[in-house]
Amino acid sequence: MTQNIVILGGGTGGTLTANRLRKHYKSAEATITVVDRDREHVYQPGLLFVPFGLTRAEDLIRPRERQLRKGIEFFEHDVDHVDIEGRKVFLEDGPTLPYDVLVIATGAKIVPDETEGLTDEGWNETMFTFYDAPGATALAKAYDDFDGGRIVVNVVDMPIKCPVAPLEFCFLTDWYFHERGIRDKVEITYVTPLDAAFTKPRAAKALAGLLEEKGVELVTEFNTGEVDGPGGRLVSFDEREVPFDLAVVIPVHSGAEFVGRSAGLGDALDFVDTDKSTLQSKAAPEVFAIGDAANLPAAKAGSVSHFEGEILVENIVRFLAGDELDATYDGHANCFIETGFDKALLIDFNYEQEPVEGHYPTKVGLPLLKESRLNHLGKLMFQWFYWHSLLPGRDIPGIKPDMPVGGKHLD
Amino acid sequence: MPTITIAEADVELNDDGFFEVPEQWTEEMVPTLALNEGIQEVTEDHWTVIRFMRKEYFEKGTGPTVRVLGKTSGVTVKELYRLFPKGPGKVAARMAGIPKPRGCI
Repeated sequence: MTQNIVILGGGTGGTLTANRLRKHYKSAEATITVVDRDREHVYQPGLLFVPFGLTRAEDLIRPRERQLRKGIEFFEHDVDHVDIEGRKVFLEDGPTLPYDVLVIATGAKIVPDETEGLTDEGWNETMFTFYDAPGATALAKAYDDFDGGRIVVNVVDMPIKCPVAPLEFCFLTDWYFHERGIRDKVEITYVTPLDAAFTKPRAAKALAGLLEEKGVELVTEFNTGEVDGPGGRLVSFDEREVPFDLAVVIPVHSGAEFVGRSAGLGDALDFVDTDKSTLQSKAAPEVFAIGDAANLPAAKAGSVSHFEGEILVENIVRFLAGDELDATYDGHANCFIETGFDKALLIDFNYEQEPVEGHYPTKVGLPLLKESRLNHLGKLMFQWFYWHSLLPGRDIPGIKPDMPVGGKHLD
Repeated sequence: MPTITIAEADVELNDDGFFEVPEQWTEEMVPTLALNEGIQEVTEDHWTVIRFMRKEYFEKGTGPTVRVLGKTSGVTVKELYRLFPKGPGKVAARMAGIPKPRGCI
């Protein structure tokens, strides 16, 4: 019997899952359908570099369909809702897709208009975000024109995609204005709702040290209630203020709206309620979620989708064969943190283990939690791996889903 | 881990003042817990939030973040800050006798 596998979302998680499943199943065994609202696959980690003129947004975009293996059907449609009991996906102005297995990979989106003032007067003039291609491009122009003053980088609330990106943005801002010879005319302030520079203690300490070294002021426990463009100030709910000439804001995030319209599927922020080990949704056994769309206690990052992919496919195969799900995801994530001047840090961690010093993946690998040129090259090289190895669902030799401990300095 | 006596019962708190054992909490403790947070009078709106926090905690294993509270409790974020000026997430969790909400990853 042919099984119908429907995957909602043709980004990192959806594409690599579709490709891995297509490699596993012959076409007579399973049909694989991917649905996305548009045809543009953005290499999101690259958006960080756009405002500094290091890359252009159009160079980060490729057609979604072209990243899918032969024998995968692609639909360009918005999803209206999922009928969990009837096991059908209802598309807006499109066919209804019945499924035996559904994978939700629709990611997280920014919701700038949830913050008072942010999208009012001054949006994309003095208030920006680099979390989407148009925003990053508008910011590149503003940085080019900027000749001094106060820049604030503000995270409104967690969770956000790539929690290290705002810090990288601060480090690169420091580098960028050094290169332009006007660093002494630019004040940089990092404003976060967290009680430290980062969520995990040892990395937070290292990153706070770097901020200080680079002359970036750190403001913590700031819960942004309003961004006032004309007045040039961030205002917190407890009425503290941080003035700015130019604000780079990371807006709050939500899951896809159809999740909220599908009874029982999501949480209050429209992320799919998901088992953190098996990646099975809590709504129904034949529904799974991967990547930013899931409400796991893991970072929202491409590396998470990458490591989840192998586990997810194994569990889908077991589910369709009527076996117990026994593949478990350990929360493994790793991130290069660009620190400017051609250097970067690398962090590697999971649900239990916070980032520590050492090397990845083994004792002779890349240095962890320490600035190096090698990590910077790793970050740049990764874009090639993304298109040619990660999305097609090829295994990268020596890189496994489970977090390695061999090279780590553990207490 | 300090043990203190509130409303004639012993409770274990962690160093940040959050309950270690949410089952040790009783409604009678709330006025004392409120005074510790600088809240003189516990209104019905405070109770709405406190009950909602406990319900969420026992259903989901963690208390809600402020943003989720604003979306689901029926009390807006602005109003939450008026009720708990020092930060609704932490203060309401301490008054509701539940651990510090996770949520920041």
